[in-house]
Amino acid sequence: MNIGWYLVVSALVFAIGAGGVLTRRNPLVILLCLELMLNAANLALVAFSRMHGNGDGQIFAIIVMVVAACEVTVGLGMIVALYRRRLPIDVDELRALHG
Amino acid sequence: MDEALFFIAGIGAVAGAIAVVTLRNPFYSVLALVSHLFSLAVLFLLLNAQFVAAAQIVVYAGAVMVLYVFVVAYIGGSDQPIGPQAGKGLTSLAILAAAGLFIVLILATLGSGLAAIDSEGASMSGTFGQPGQIGELLLTKFLLPFEVASFLLLVAAVGAVVLARRRGAIGVAAGEALSVADLFRMPEGTGSMREALGRPTGTNTREDGPVAPRPGLPTPTGVSAASEEDPA
Repeated sequence: MNIGWYLVVSALVFAIGAGGVLTRRNPLVILLCLELMLNAANLALVAFSRMHGNGDGQIFAIIVMVVAACEVTVGLGMIVALYRRRLPIDVDELRALHG
Repeated sequence: MDEALFFIAGIGAVAGAIAVVTLRNPFYSVLALVSHLFSLAVLFLLLNAQFVAAAQIVVYAGAVMVLYVFVVAYIGGSDQPIGPQAGKGLTSLAILAAAGLFIVLILATLGSGLAAIDSEGASMSGTFGQPGQIGELLLTKFLLPFEVASFLLLVAAVGAVVLARRRGAIGVAAGEALSVADLFRMPEGTGSMREALGRPTGTNTREDGPVAPRPGLPTPTGVSAASEEDPA
């Protein structure tokens, strides 16, 4: 397959993830959509790595996976903290983040 | 064969992504993301990135998604939005913005004039994308990012524990000042096993009775009591 097709899939998944971040209001689902966008970027990185026949892009993809795992742990910790404080699990309700 | 696999995996990835965004129940969204991740792993394999594909399945679909499932099960997937639904106009505007983003991305990549985009990729060595090559790169050329990533993971783990723990404040009366000894006192309501059994926690409790429920904290009586309470 041509590399361009992989980039098309990557762009499509990225746009779907961006649309999800814009439309959904549950922070859990917003985190899932962020994962989608990071995975689309990973696919593009691996595709470009294959295009050049050079392994550097795959290292970059693995580092992106590490950063995504960190983002998930901190984000889920924040959501659990919200739940413990009986705050609504809804990003539209959480406009004021003081205290 | 490659073409068929690419189209199956690509359609699976896009369908999984659409399902993540459109499904109302967060639990089903997580499951859709797992199928999306498996499709992406197949695409990585087609691109000769064996190690990245394996890491994708083990780390993402294995570990991170289990974390998601636990949190969704803990919070309880609320498929109904709590407040009034956002306006239809805003939603269609967001979809329009996403479509515009897709068009811009396609124009940027396919219009970039990269000659190799229409090829199957450059020739590569026999070990391309295998664990040996990845490990060699990580420990020679990319040693600093590797170490920084490990430190970042440590910081994130500690941060998640600090964020998600139960907050019990050390009680200080209005006139008292904090002393150095307060650093070593255990506050009440830190979510320990002892507290779950109704025993007193914290070193500043004197009497040997059950812990009085404190306002703002969930009653520490285990899973069944927590699920009966309505968080809304």
